[in-house]
Amino acid sequence: MLAALKRWALKKSPWVYHVNTGACNNCDIEILDCLTPRFDVERFGILLAPSPRHADVLLVTGGVTLQARGALQEVYRQTAKPCAMLCIGSCACSMCIFADGYHMAGPPDKVVREVDPDAFIAYVPGCPPKPEAIILGAVKALGAL
Amino acid sequence: MKRTVVPIGPFHPILEEPLRFELHVEGEHVVDADVRISHNHRGMEKMCEGLSYDQIPFLLARVCGICSASHPMAFCNALEDLCGCEVPPRAQYIRTLICELERLHSHLLWVGLAGHFIGYNTVYMWAWKYREPILDLFEKVSGSRNHYENHRVGGVRRDIPDEVFPAIRKTLDELEPKAEMLLGAVIDDPVIHARTKGVGVLRNVDAVAYGVTGPTARGSGVNQDIRDTEPYAAYDKVDWKVVVQPEGDVFAKAAVRLLENFESIKIIRQCLDQIEPGPICADVRELPEGEGIGHAEAPRGETFHYVRSDGTNRPVRYKVRAPTFVNVPSFKANVIGAELADAMLIVAAMDPCYSCTQRMSLIRDDTRQQSVITHDELLQLSWAKTERIRRQC
Ligand code: SF4
Repeated sequence: MLAALKRWALKKSPWVYHVNTGACNNCDIEILDCLTPRFDVERFGILLAPSPRHADVLLVTGGVTLQARGALQEVYRQTAKPCAMLCIGSCACSMCIFADGYHMAGPPDKVVREVDPDAFIAYVPGCPPKPEAIILGAVKALGAL
Repeated sequence: MKRTVVPIGPFHPILEEPLRFELHVEGEHVVDADVRISHNHRGMEKMCEGLSYDQIPFLLARVCGICSASHPMAFCNALEDLCGCEVPPRAQYIRTLICELERLHSHLLWVGLAGHFIGYNTVYMWAWKYREPILDLFEKVSGSRNHYENHRVGGVRRDIPDEVFPAIRKTLDELEPKAEMLLGAVIDDPVIHARTKGVGVLRNVDAVAYGVTGPTARGSGVNQDIRDTEPYAAYDKVDWKVVVQPEGDVFAKAAVRLLENFESIKIIRQCLDQIEPGPICADVRELPEGEGIGHAEAPRGETFHYVRSDGTNRPVRYKVRAPTFVNVPSFKANVIGAELADAMLIVAAMDPCYSCTQRMSLIRDDTRQQSVITHDELLQLSWAKTERIRRQC
């Protein structure tokens, strides 16, 4: 019952927290683009949260570097559950061109599954995905939750 | 007075990229600052050694998502320096055009973020709204909004069809009054004056001593622009001027960027006038042994690339030096003594881009004369000690 209520509330106004774990900056800018006038996702109640503790959705961009690994796991631990994680960009989905880098710990889904095997993870591929794709991804993820 | 350390990051809503700052404050004033980078270090230089020269521009575009034309541009300059090939004029103009469109969108992006940092979200929203048509143009000319992948050794990958030129002109015509409005909004606003004038002054001598580049240097009265001093692409064929402001404060840096927008618009218009039909890529078959260097003026300053070749299709050594790498240390000169509330604005005025700057860094604590030890290292030390004792027993 409580879980159902939480899920309902989550879908109405998801607050997102943005984590860059080793991206080239572009996916991050496209995420910010979603918040600016042309796409303006605030219309749908999607807000950038100031702290992971307030976040319902974690937007992760970029493959995880060794240095960012612990920090990402910590951020994920801090989020209020249930929390959906959206891997944005080809880097975050599959590591893409950075797969053989010596300083990469792996894709974010793998890193987060180390601390929570049942994490809800959705993927938006593209380099960078267009804001339309990010919005579609968020909508689909929330629909599936 | 008691000293307090304010940690910021590595993930923080005001930072787009992971970075850890430590600001040491006494009361309201910053007395020392410390930066920890390398959360974003991806080992690009090493990766370049495993890729062929035709693949490298794709990787280099991803050094930084905003300067995704400048890094490949510097790469092309380095390789063309190495093999001495002639780039066809049409390709030169297309390169210039893409680089200047990139500067426009990057400067608008900065204006927006700076507005956001001082609490003027309207400026943020405006600037980002006016930036969108430029991204649409990019989509038209290169197929992608942000990673254009247009440069290659000897020329460009894709031609810009003549039918697109009117669209580019139209976008510029529409953008110009908007850029003027933004300039007016910043120049005439008393609150912005109060927040930015005399704040975070980087004196001319400091700018030279730290070797800063780009708008950060030009805002401190250093007349330095690679497009002017070592012209590449078609910059020597068009008429434009270097924007320099002497004051060195946040306001001067903002003014440099806002005024550069008009120069960029001027350059693009001239490119469109002067461009003529012709080939877009020279045929480069063999690369000699040796080294090449290439510069390019990215929106944030000079980016420098170095390549060493052994005559095969891969580099033996590739080196990238991004502008933020030289700009970041300068904040030791201008953030100290500032109020805590201004610290973020002063850092932002440099327009730092950390993804390109990330190095492996070994941090030494000067007072303790040793590396700062992380949790994992402590654990390793402890394990090693147990192991040692066990062996001795
Ligand atoms: S997916 Fe592409 S745009 Fe996104 S972080 Fe990776 S390289 Fe950059």
